Amino acid sequence: MKDTTLRINGEERKLSADTRTTLLDALRNHLGLTGSKKGCDHGQCGACTVMVNGRRINSCLTLACMHDGDEITTVEGLGEPGNLSPLQAAFVKHDGFQCGYCTPGQICSATAMLEEIKDNWPSNVSGSLTGEAKLTPEEISERMSGNLCRCAAYPNIVDAIREAAEASS
Amino acid sequence: MRPFDYYRSDDPADAVKAASEKGTLFIAGGTNLLDLMKLDLMTPNRLIDINRIGLDEITPSDDGGLSIGTLVTNSDCAADMRIRQDYAVLSRAILAGASGQLRNKATTGGNLCQRTRCYYFYDPDMACNKRKPGSGCSAIGGANRIHAILGASDECIATYPGDMAVAMAALDAEVVIEGQGGDTRTVPVRDFHRLPGDQPDRDNILESGDLITHVTLPAPAKGRHIYRKVRDRASYAFALVSIAAVVEMDAGKIASASLAFGGLAHKPWHDPAIDDLLTGEAPSEALFDKAADILLADAKGQGQNDFKIPLTRRTLKAVLREATGERS
Repeated sequence: MKDTTLRINGEERKLSADTRTTLLDALRNHLGLTGSKKGCDHGQCGACTVMVNGRRINSCLTLACMHDGDEITTVEGLGEPGNLSPLQAAFVKHDGFQCGYCTPGQICSATAMLEEIKDNWPSNVSGSLTGEAKLTPEEISERMSGNLCRCAAYPNIVDAIREAAEASS
Repeated sequence: MRPFDYYRSDDPADAVKAASEKGTLFIAGGTNLLDLMKLDLMTPNRLIDINRIGLDEITPSDDGGLSIGTLVTNSDCAADMRIRQDYAVLSRAILAGASGQLRNKATTGGNLCQRTRCYYFYDPDMACNKRKPGSGCSAIGGANRIHAILGASDECIATYPGDMAVAMAALDAEVVIEGQGGDTRTVPVRDFHRLPGDQPDRDNILESGDLITHVTLPAPAKGRHIYRKVRDRASYAFALVSIAAVVEMDAGKIASASLAFGGLAHKPWHDPAIDDLLTGEAPSEALFDKAADILLADAKGQGQNDFKIPLTRRTLKAVLREATGERS
């Protein structure tokens, strides 16, 4: 067993768990935060995406005990019914889901992805590595390729992200 | 996942010391190691968490190059303005691999140690000499679409799956390793990974308890930097064939060329004879075909991956056309 302190959505949470516990299992099974979803449990689907110290990661591929003192943001920390984040509202407006299982991961991933664009990180489809990062549909698809949607709501997801990004800029 | 002891180190020397015990592994990003541990394909008794030992910066080196700390994430490396401007092939290669989430966790040293994606390596019910020496190779005569066409052995036809190391091989980067005796040694990336031979369980030259501390890039290579990756889908897939190329032109001739290839072998493939052939010559289709002849002279398909031989030729020619042609 290992004691770990996490700051989750601004709140300090203590955890005592087997060293094998992934961050995802800690969130869902130990701390009652079931917004982050377990899809493949192997980093292939992105349903478990959360932000750690502001960066999006697959919470299924990291151990909770490795994150002592880290700031974790889950979908629960982004907004709530009646007080949705701009991205959450845009997903509702554009019907950016069907079954909804991948949606928390999509929204956490997109939230952090928009910050990566603001920081001017290039992507595999950027024509120039040193120019300004642009939010074209092609860039959104490439940068969101770590989040699969089995219902294939991709066009609506891209529209939702685009609108939320334009509204915030 | 099997139980293991967990120890968090805060200093490189302490981490190396802590790794002296057999069955100990370092964990950095963990994106490959934990994936394999969940399937009981890797079963360390002890994990040394090295995420807080420092070594997470990119600093200028004395010879005009850069020294990349082993814990620099793939995202930070690809986004570093010095890498983007002077080592574009490396940024391009990293950005061609994995997903945004994985690149945020994956580290420079860890990515070098990424293990193969051979289907049989991942399936404990199948024979695999890499996973269980002496058990056989199910990929030979099996599903081998993604497997090696160069440098394979009768015991293993797996490929090294990464992109970053292919660009580092083209750039002739070096891996700095701290060993158990406290000694530091430097190995070219081109010699870091092994061919399978009769020891396919060994992916690279690391000895037990070795810690990669840095990867050093030589002074920037002039010319066009290209990373071309051919894969089954447009994003988030491993290479069938990839090519890292740094080619400088001067007065219509190739002044220098450095090429490395991914997806073809158990290691990033570099053949100095190709670079030598191209250097000093005027670009032509005949020259590009000759380069492909050298690369593929000993190529051997395994059935399902036979297509990789003509695909590699076409990809190489396309890359050389782009590297030597007029700028669009």
